[in-house]
Amino acid sequence: MTRPATVCCKVGVAVVTAVGAVALAAGCGGGGEAPKEVVLVTHDSFAISKDVKAAFERESGLTLRILQGGDANEMLNRALLTAGDPQGDAIFGIDDSVLSRAVDGDLLDAYRSPELAAVQPDFSSPDRHVTPIDHGEVCLNVDRAWFASHRIPPPKTLADLVEARYRNLLVVENPATSSPGLAFLLATIATYGDRWEAYWRALRANGVLAVDGWEEAYTQQFSGAAGSPGKRPIVVSYASSPAAEVIFASKPTTTAPTAAVEDGCYRQVEYAGVLRGARNEEGAKELIDFLLSRRFQADVPGSMFVYPVREGVALPEAFVKYALVPQDPLALPAAEIDANRDRWLAAWTDVVVR
Amino acid sequence: MDRRRRALSPGQRAARAATVAIPVAFLAVFFAWPLVAILERSLVTDGTLDVPWDVLTAESTREIAWFTLWQATVSTILTLLAGLPLAWALSRFSFPGRSLVEALVLVPFVLPTVVVATAFVALLPDGMEHSVWAILLAHVFFNVAVVVRIVGAYWAALDRRLWDAAVTLGAGPGQRQLRLTLPLLAPALASAASIAFLFCFTSFGVILVLGGIRYATLETEIYNQAARLFDLRTAAALALIQLAAVAAVVIVSGVLERRLGGGRRRGGRAPHPVRGERLVVGAVVGVSLLLLALPPAALVVRSLQVSGGYGLRHFASLFDTTPALLVTPWHAVVNSLLFATAATAIALGVGVPAALAIARGSRGLDVTLMLPLGASAAMLGFGFLLAFGDPPLDIRSSLVIVPLAQALVATPFVVRSLVPALRARDPRLPEAAAVLGATPAQVRREIELPLVARPLAVAAGLAFAVALGEFGATVFVFRADWPTVPVAIVRFLGRPGEDNVGTAMALCVVLMALVTVVALVSQRALGRGAR
Repeated sequence: MTRPATVCCKVGVAVVTAVGAVALAAGCGGGGEAPKEVVLVTHDSFAISKDVKAAFERESGLTLRILQGGDANEMLNRALLTAGDPQGDAIFGIDDSVLSRAVDGDLLDAYRSPELAAVQPDFSSPDRHVTPIDHGEVCLNVDRAWFASHRIPPPKTLADLVEARYRNLLVVENPATSSPGLAFLLATIATYGDRWEAYWRALRANGVLAVDGWEEAYTQQFSGAAGSPGKRPIVVSYASSPAAEVIFASKPTTTAPTAAVEDGCYRQVEYAGVLRGARNEEGAKELIDFLLSRRFQADVPGSMFVYPVREGVALPEAFVKYALVPQDPLALPAAEIDANRDRWLAAWTDVVVR
Repeated sequence: MDRRRRALSPGQRAARAATVAIPVAFLAVFFAWPLVAILERSLVTDGTLDVPWDVLTAESTREIAWFTLWQATVSTILTLLAGLPLAWALSRFSFPGRSLVEALVLVPFVLPTVVVATAFVALLPDGMEHSVWAILLAHVFFNVAVVVRIVGAYWAALDRRLWDAAVTLGAGPGQRQLRLTLPLLAPALASAASIAFLFCFTSFGVILVLGGIRYATLETEIYNQAARLFDLRTAAALALIQLAAVAAVVIVSGVLERRLGGGRRRGGRAPHPVRGERLVVGAVVGVSLLLLALPPAALVVRSLQVSGGYGLRHFASLFDTTPALLVTPWHAVVNSLLFATAATAIALGVGVPAALAIARGSRGLDVTLMLPLGASAAMLGFGFLLAFGDPPLDIRSSLVIVPLAQALVATPFVVRSLVPALRARDPRLPEAAAVLGATPAQVRREIELPLVARPLAVAAGLAFAVALGEFGATVFVFRADWPTVPVAIVRFLGRPGEDNVGTAMALCVVLMALVTVVALVSQRALGRGAR
């Protein structure tokens, strides 16, 4: 009876020992001379082209390791949990809606990149701890074919959405769980001020559908995304989404099936910073300079579908043709968002869900 | 038992101690330590324990706990009802394609919940897509594999002559099922029900997508409080409630499993169904397969859709570089296989000794090993970040953390698959063989291994499937150069454009194909001796 146990235990001991050995080996890489790698902590949407990453590694002599997971909010909370004993050296993807918490959380070391001189004046850094890297614009997207075949003009403003002819046509994301969802809520607050709850009551009466995240809203409920089974022709997405529909179409096309609506776009600026307690502080600074370099900035639209902040960086052709760069996007101050977010979310839930 | 315990040599005694020590050490380091670390951070301020009574007694907490409990109970009952007919057909009869069906049953189990939930949204009629019904249905879909596999493996090895005897004694079919089959199966039923219940109790992705924004379970609320709102105190209070509930379920099901005794096992070849049975078996397998196949079929169809027509374009693009990943999607497939293999090895290395110890009577170990299934993944992930940031275990950002976390969840499946079979071993068989002159090695090879081979194959298959699935992917950061398939699927789904959605669907299909093949191979390789 005990013999199989002996065999199993040998296997067990071997496995546990092997795991331990690997763990120790992994753990002993850090100490000693100058660090050979720089670790970037970021969110799920971060992307970089292979050759651009290789260029940074060649020029700096450092290996760039990327740790990613969750959205901007979840990424920040993980970083706050490990503040002072960070998982990496630099962090990228802090946006305005979480900026105050990042700065107040004693998470970052101050750093002023020399490359900031080349950044467009609109994006001057709001705090000495963070460096602006890119901006995205959350906008309504419409299904052009649907509106053409139903002989209804697509909505042009946020106010249009409460009209009877747009009944049951809009799908939005839950602002408590989705970053574009929160941006759209902020857009309505920036537009309607204290009357924003009344606006959402009217939206609800007009049949708005709120779902958990962008994935379901855009790929399942929105009729305009190619291949989607969705039935609603208006969705909250990004200004760049129509360009993505063209670039990632399974048959080459020269017309975008969707269009972004310029009115009511909300600007999200993404920042990077040096994590306090970084093992490779110099490498982190070098990396932030690189994120502002012409090379990385030119890569930003094609890999992350957001816009560069550096002056004079040309956009890819598909962006010029199909994407929108809103001239006058909405935005709220980070401090105001931080002070009111929980209250706004609770009020939104009361109006839209209950 | 006592008679033989006295005869143990020092080596055998050491081996027995090791069967307890290995799983205990594993759990202490990779479960208890991180959990204590995050609870301490959440509930201890300046050296004093801040008991979150207000959260524990809040009305909203009671509402969430009640919803969690009743949806898990109903889901479990429905899963048992849906799974038992198929378990019966698969374990009592042999027919062409049986092992393929057994393998296919595992498919739902490995699909990322987000993807399955999305398939349900597409399949369900308008108005039902975000409802309690959708949640219950998805839970049945996911957990039928647990019932079919665990109950089926046990059922197959029950002594068939009991039913023959019941027929001879004049018992009707209903009486045979109620008074013979159910009592005999009871330990395996308790085992499967407890796992299914734990899965539904701690359900996450299904609730997030199909619950819409109206329903929350303890697990989704812990995640919400910890990862999104960063209110660790509330999260910790809810996590403690969840852990206590899970421990209670595990203790009750453990008692049931032992009390219920079950049947002696003998194995023997399953007969081909005769005329009347053929119809019933065919109907059961047919209907079950149809229901199980619908959501995966929806994914296959969408993976083949290319701008209005159909084609293999999305599968071809698995080998192309893409802005969504640093490596090609194909690399993610290879990574997933490597991680899952490592995780299965760890889960077997920990779970097999544990199962032996539990079958001998280590009740505490039984309860403890199941706890990782009930711990909030979000809190455990945070715990890993706190506990494993410094040498000698500076592994929170390394690759080994992935299979370790997967093994934590996979080990209970190994244990639950093996324990009922080990308990039901007939101790007289090896003794008889020894009396007849067999060497210990012969006893092991000819008698004991064949008896546990089938449950062992089931255990390895389940562990691999669990590891291939999404576990760990949502909780831990991943290294951009080492994405797994579930990570890659989520990345592609998060980007607009038909090709991105198509590639995500193609990866889902690859994941389904992988698990079918692995399940078939493990049955062939290990299960041969059991027949």
